[in-house]
Amino acid sequence: MDNLLWLIPGFPLVGFLILTLAGKNMSRLARGLTGAGSICLSAIVVLIVGWNFLINPPAAGNYTQTLWTWFEIANFKPTITLYLDGLSLVFVFVITFIAALIHIYSIAFMAEEADDARFFASMNLFVFCMLILVLASNLLLLYLGWEGVGLCSYLLIGFWYQKSENGYAARKAFIITRVGDTAMAIGLFILVYQFGTLDIVAISHSAPEMWQAGSKIATLCALLLLAGGLGKSAQLPLQTWLPDAMAGPSPVSALIHAATMVTAGVYLIARMHVIFQLSPVTQMIIAIIGAATLIIAGLSAIVQYDIKRVLAYSTMSQIGYMFLALGVGAWSAAVFHFMIHAFFKALLFLAAGAIIEALHHEHNMFKMGGLKKSLPVIFWTFLIGSASLAALPLITAGFYSKDQILWYSWASDGGSPLLWFTALLGAFITAAYTTRMMLITFWGEAKTHLGMRPGKLMTIPLLILAVFSLVAGFIELPHNFGHVQLFSEITEKVLPGTNIRAAVSGEFIYQIIAVLTTLAGIYTAYILYYRKPMIIINLKHSKSALGLYQFLLSGWRFDKLYDTVFVRPIVYLANLNKDDVIDKFYQGITWLTGRAYRALSFTQSGSLRWYVMGLLIGAIFILTIQIIL
Amino acid sequence: MILIYLIGILTFGSALTLLSGQLNKGLPKWFALLTLLSGFVVLLVFWISNYKEVSLQSTNTWITEYYHNWIPAFGISFHLAMDGLSLLMLLLTFFMGILAVLCSWTEIIERVSFYYFNLLWILAGITGVFIAMDLFLFYFFWEVMLIPMYFLIGIWGSANREYAAYKFFIFTQASGLLMFLSILALYFIHGQNTGIYTFDYFDLLGTQVSPTVAFWLMLGFLIAFAVKLPVVPFHSWLPDAHTEAPTAGSLILAGLLLKTGAYGILRFVLPLFPRASIEIAPWAILLGVIGIIYGAILAYSQTDLKRLIAYTSVSHMGFVMLGIFSFNEFAFQGVVMQLITHAISTGALFLLAGMLKERLHTRDINQMGGLWTSMPKMGVIAMVFVMASLGLPGLGNFVAEFLILLGGFKVHVVLTSIAALGLVFSAMYALRIMQKVFLGPNVNLETAFSAKTDLPDFSLRELLVMGSLSICILWLGLNPQPIIDTVKPMINGLQEIYASPIITQNVK
Repeated sequence: MDNLLWLIPGFPLVGFLILTLAGKNMSRLARGLTGAGSICLSAIVVLIVGWNFLINPPAAGNYTQTLWTWFEIANFKPTITLYLDGLSLVFVFVITFIAALIHIYSIAFMAEEADDARFFASMNLFVFCMLILVLASNLLLLYLGWEGVGLCSYLLIGFWYQKSENGYAARKAFIITRVGDTAMAIGLFILVYQFGTLDIVAISHSAPEMWQAGSKIATLCALLLLAGGLGKSAQLPLQTWLPDAMAGPSPVSALIHAATMVTAGVYLIARMHVIFQLSPVTQMIIAIIGAATLIIAGLSAIVQYDIKRVLAYSTMSQIGYMFLALGVGAWSAAVFHFMIHAFFKALLFLAAGAIIEALHHEHNMFKMGGLKKSLPVIFWTFLIGSASLAALPLITAGFYSKDQILWYSWASDGGSPLLWFTALLGAFITAAYTTRMMLITFWGEAKTHLGMRPGKLMTIPLLILAVFSLVAGFIELPHNFGHVQLFSEITEKVLPGTNIRAAVSGEFIYQIIAVLTTLAGIYTAYILYYRKPMIIINLKHSKSALGLYQFLLSGWRFDKLYDTVFVRPIVYLANLNKDDVIDKFYQGITWLTGRAYRALSFTQSGSLRWYVMGLLIGAIFILTIQIIL
Repeated sequence: MILIYLIGILTFGSALTLLSGQLNKGLPKWFALLTLLSGFVVLLVFWISNYKEVSLQSTNTWITEYYHNWIPAFGISFHLAMDGLSLLMLLLTFFMGILAVLCSWTEIIERVSFYYFNLLWILAGITGVFIAMDLFLFYFFWEVMLIPMYFLIGIWGSANREYAAYKFFIFTQASGLLMFLSILALYFIHGQNTGIYTFDYFDLLGTQVSPTVAFWLMLGFLIAFAVKLPVVPFHSWLPDAHTEAPTAGSLILAGLLLKTGAYGILRFVLPLFPRASIEIAPWAILLGVIGIIYGAILAYSQTDLKRLIAYTSVSHMGFVMLGIFSFNEFAFQGVVMQLITHAISTGALFLLAGMLKERLHTRDINQMGGLWTSMPKMGVIAMVFVMASLGLPGLGNFVAEFLILLGGFKVHVVLTSIAALGLVFSAMYALRIMQKVFLGPNVNLETAFSAKTDLPDFSLRELLVMGSLSICILWLGLNPQPIIDTVKPMINGLQEIYASPIITQNVK
């Protein structure tokens, strides 16, 4: 099985190359088949490899395949090596499986697009880079995938490049994540000098021996790696690129939010958990950032009117849950929530894309309405996705994954009442904005004329994802309720278990509280947006409420802050110095030389009297010097 | 013998181009291409057949040497030698030379034979610089490459060419003079010490010079090389020269002339004046880091495409300065990689700028936009090199910058971390190129270019050139080991000097 690994990223790469080099000469059908087919093949390989991995677990606990040595200098020898263990298996499965569905959906979605070769090529490259990221055995190769993912997000967010604002959103995504990447690169430098290698297994092995828990160097490394994760996963303070990333086509959003890009940070922290465990401070910071992001993003989601922006903020918020879980040491719970989130978020974005297409590119939920009857398949699948996002108890997968996080944010070593309460508040907000989105979009009267209805190629992926959004949660049930642990059995060999504080008990009570909070959130939104809409309408007359609305709508004005503090000063200084102030110095010399030359040339007047005078003065000057010396 | 052959074929070829121009205007470019191709093939065969010997040596050994007396009375000899570094630089010289001829193919229509004559003379000068092991000879070649370049800019350049040519000439000439004084001083000091008056590099290597004098002599060399590199604040000739030069001129300036500066520091400054180099290192690194950030910010604000690319060179060469004066293996290897990958990536960007200018008759990026629609192939290739320029992993520049920063980090944590910020700024200017030229709305085209649908994408010749460059940059990014191995003996030699305690003590 080891030597099949290269096929997993290999197929998407081949797809990318074919589409880039020959895409223009192929038929539309061939382009779609190449684009989607390469990912499907990759997903099949994952299934074969994964099946073998689970049935006959390799003795070493992983499959490894070294392709070649990247370079070798002074005993530093990063290789191009693929490495598959329980953690990367979960990721490659989610990536290839969801990406395959997204690609199939895209064949129909992109049917009218002239430049679909570029689209599928970039999508394939995106999947390739993400697969490299999660299969890399060393951090340098991981960094290659990491940056590659950034490039692809840039290409796809700005896919419709003729609109300047799309290009702006694309550059924003690239540059903001690059700030995090740069910090991460510095983290890699430290790791090289500490361990002499960037091999993940080797580092994980020797870090606990070399570093004391809580030592400064461990914290520094952990923080620098975290900075990389914050950028890619759109967490505070590097989160501002994600809402604008909506500029790309909807399948791109689905890919970015579910299978690739934003989950990279979660993967990195889970993968390097040994280093983070050595730094309790960083762990705490991760938990706090996660908690803060999930509230900030959740509150922003509540006031958005663009359906894709609601989903974008909800991603930010859900990734916040994953970071919270990582921060409190609930490693497996974070990865579980990543998987479940991938299912329902891909579903929501694809369904939203179908709605937007059907309504002539209308993004505004308030101009939708009444879609319950006219788009039944979309309605039901969207409803299932929303229920999973809102963590509707018992029947949705989102309930099981989020419940774990809520419980651990209270009960685990790193947990605390405050974190738990924040997560609970987040659950309330999530339920509220999800219900709001459902009600505005699907109930009420239709406000926009319905165009083309989505075909089978689009609805079948939705149905598959809907099934997973419901049942995927059953593979991991709480121990007081079914006690199924199929998922954590896969990850437990890689990720450490979660330590429970000694003094906690009564998981059942907390589950009940979580359930009630979710229901309360749903009910609140139901009252405000369905039963008594006048409350909101009246609120709009209040000036302070309007101010708050604007504040939340803009994502807490982070854009404005960064614009004022970083962007504008840099651009201003750059433009001020466009002509290069240093060159002025050299121009000054030229000017001075020119002046001196003109002054001296003035003496060459042709007048004999002046020359005699000059001679005389010179002679006197020299004589004087001779006398004095 | 290969060394003589290389110099010989270039001088012979240049004569041929000049004479054949009298017969037929179409001939010179073919002769130039043939000359460079034959040189390149010979070098390539030489590299491959000697690869084992070259790369397995553990110390600074010379692959081949040629010695002939020139003016024995003054101890001047015609002494050429080649090690791994020289070999790589020569390969780069001939490769860039071929591209320079190809990109001039249709661009140059006036005084064709004299043009190719100058081109080959520049390359002959550069070749000499990379293999001369006699300081007098080195200075001779240093000047040889200067004058034809002056003509190239001054005659075939664009609107403001004379100003740019003067500026280029004066900067290089003035700084070269400082180096010449240093060479003479070294010559006389060595002569007084030993009674043997010689310009030979190997004889002068161990010259005993008092620390103060050594520092000033080192400075003479360093300034000459720093102007060529260029290091901020000596960079201001570069944007003008690059912008005004014809495409091939920009290509050779960015791809080769700047490299002679880095080569000079590695070959002469570091081995001749180790202690003084250590003394100046913090300042040199500081200037390098300033260059990285300053160049990137300046690049960001430019509206002239070639000027923009020129300033990115300033930024990238800052990395070279940082790497050289970090004195460790990672950094040295990174520097050599940077020299090669920068030549390819920036060269490619200048070629693209030239092709755009041929089509649009402007370099102003404000008048461009949305060109992807009509020229998707050019767009893809531009994306590759823009990404190379911002150091995307998988492309050669990443390996170079990663190694330099890694090496620098060992010595100067804070300065290197600031330098790493250059990665963010490089993303800013690089993406700006894409946005302004290939993406965005293509409204302006209608005013700038009458028939926008007729904007031709790559011709076969252009595709060949850009395709080969793309393959090179990808190959360097994924498998740089041949480069690393080839230059390793030379770098080991340097490292030995800087690891020895005699050198490192007493400095402080």
